[in-house]
Amino acid sequence: MSAIPSRMSVPPSVAGVDRDLDMSAHPAAISVQGMNFYYGENQVLFDVTLKVPERSVTALIGPSGCGKSTFLRTLNRMNDLIEGTRCTGECLVEGQNIMDPAVDVVLLRKHVGMVFQKSTPFPKSIFDNVAYGPRVAGEKNRSVLADLVESCLRKAALWEEVKDRLTAPAMALSGGQQQRLCIARTLATNPKIILMDEPASALDPASTDRIENLIGELCANYTIVIVTHNMQQASRVSHQTAFFFKGMLIEAGPTMKIFTSPSEKQTEAYITGRFG
Amino acid sequence: MSHTPEPPERSKSDTTTRFVSGQDSYIRRRLLISKLFSWTCRGVTYSALMILLILLGSVFWTSTGRIALDFVTNTNSSDPLKAGMLAGLWGSFWLILFTALFSIPIGVGAAVYLEEMAKESFIVRVIRVNLSNLAGVPAIVYGMVGYTVFRTSAAALVVWFDGQHAINVLGLFRLRLSKLPIYEDNVLVGALTMSLVILPTVIIASQEALRAVPGSIRVASLALGATRWQTIWRQVIPAALPGISTGVILSMSRAVGEAAPLIMIGALTVTSLCPGGIDSPAKLVTNPDRILKAPLDQFTAMPIEIYDWSKQPDARYAAVAASGIVVLLVVLLTFNAAAIVLRYYASRSLRW
Repeated sequence: MSAIPSRMSVPPSVAGVDRDLDMSAHPAAISVQGMNFYYGENQVLFDVTLKVPERSVTALIGPSGCGKSTFLRTLNRMNDLIEGTRCTGECLVEGQNIMDPAVDVVLLRKHVGMVFQKSTPFPKSIFDNVAYGPRVAGEKNRSVLADLVESCLRKAALWEEVKDRLTAPAMALSGGQQQRLCIARTLATNPKIILMDEPASALDPASTDRIENLIGELCANYTIVIVTHNMQQASRVSHQTAFFFKGMLIEAGPTMKIFTSPSEKQTEAYITGRFG
Repeated sequence: MSHTPEPPERSKSDTTTRFVSGQDSYIRRRLLISKLFSWTCRGVTYSALMILLILLGSVFWTSTGRIALDFVTNTNSSDPLKAGMLAGLWGSFWLILFTALFSIPIGVGAAVYLEEMAKESFIVRVIRVNLSNLAGVPAIVYGMVGYTVFRTSAAALVVWFDGQHAINVLGLFRLRLSKLPIYEDNVLVGALTMSLVILPTVIIASQEALRAVPGSIRVASLALGATRWQTIWRQVIPAALPGISTGVILSMSRAVGEAAPLIMIGALTVTSLCPGGIDSPAKLVTNPDRILKAPLDQFTAMPIEIYDWSKQPDARYAAVAASGIVVLLVVLLTFNAAAIVLRYYASRSLRW
């Protein structure tokens, strides 16, 4: 008897996510070709090739230490911050190879935003947190900032909860609210692509649910790449799923296919919980 | 009917177990040593406190012979009953002002460079290790450096400017300077020397404060498209400010109390001169031209005056020296209180 779950046993997706998306019909927002990544002498990514379709959610799954977070961080060159790292291969964002040393990482990171596992609000007011990105980019006009803060907080489904206390310290928000604040803050830099590194792993089920629904809404306008340890979550929120193992991209495809009829034995073993 | 089980019958040996001390000589000995140890610790702590209290008490008691309001409004005098600390107060004021101007930007800047920007290299490691060594160097050594470097430079300036109140600029026109007397043992020389004394402490304290800022804040800021400089200026430094300012203020209070390096560079001892002739806060407003003169004028400082009074053969100067110590202590306590208040208010908005 096959242990692969049937279509019926895969949890229902959040609104706005089509898990049978035909990837080839969509233009790629990110196109990675033959990427290798090294921490010093230690190679952690081997010849990764992946296309991320525009305005969709791609989930990266795999056991701890498989390189999925490292891969995520190469997409906006956050790994540059770690000394002794090296990356080869090609990674096209908007048709430009971002591995090129001539690429301005500041501009790249405005275009490719990131949300971290642990919410990291700045020790400032809610307003100042959201306005930080536009401000460092040079926006000074108070009314422009106010409009932007409101629209971003609305998009992050946080506006109704905080509209009366925008000057309150962001640290006073609950964990789930802080994480949505961080998403709003990322949206404020007007990115096309949002990278999420286990955005809900530190949250309670209700907050996780809100974040997942939010991802479903955001993917109408943004390209999202999400790393998650939670396979139910991956199956709920993503159009495409990519399975990493030991630094290699084992398999990537429409989420429904990966969860119901994976082509690789290792994927099947991981999906069905035989290791990982 | 009760269902509580009967307690099992005690055997004879159970009844001999006693949880009362004093039964066993070995236990008695261990308890005695333990008590002795705790009493020794207590004794050491309280005797140190007692010595401090006795010292302070005797200082306060001695100071009653002189201390009065006019002690801080009079300058030094050959009459111990009229001698005051005004020159020292103003001297220390200018000294600390310029020490802060020199040491805060350099110290905080160096700490930011070492913590936030410098790549790990041999030279950076050498600097890091030696900062704590420098903090332990006696102040008199910095006084010698100050003498050789700063006082000699000031002396060269004095010679260069001697009698010149007009400078020929490229042969085009003559720039007239207001008459600005320069002394080689001026406030700036003292402040530069004092900056050397406290810089290692300022840098180390600032480094500690910067290190306490969580790395996630830096990463989050960079991920929002901020440059390295924006991240440091808008996130890291504000978050580290309570720690930095506490360290800076405590270093300043050390600078207020140091006499050795100032004596080494030849600051005045017996003087009634306030730098620039400014002997009251009102003169800062009424005679603003003197503010320019003050940094290049001769000066004395509170600890130097105290040292000088304590050496006087006239026994009545003991009360003057004690009064000087009381004033110095008040200034130092004000600095430390400011550090505590600042830390409290600045850290209220910062919670991780």
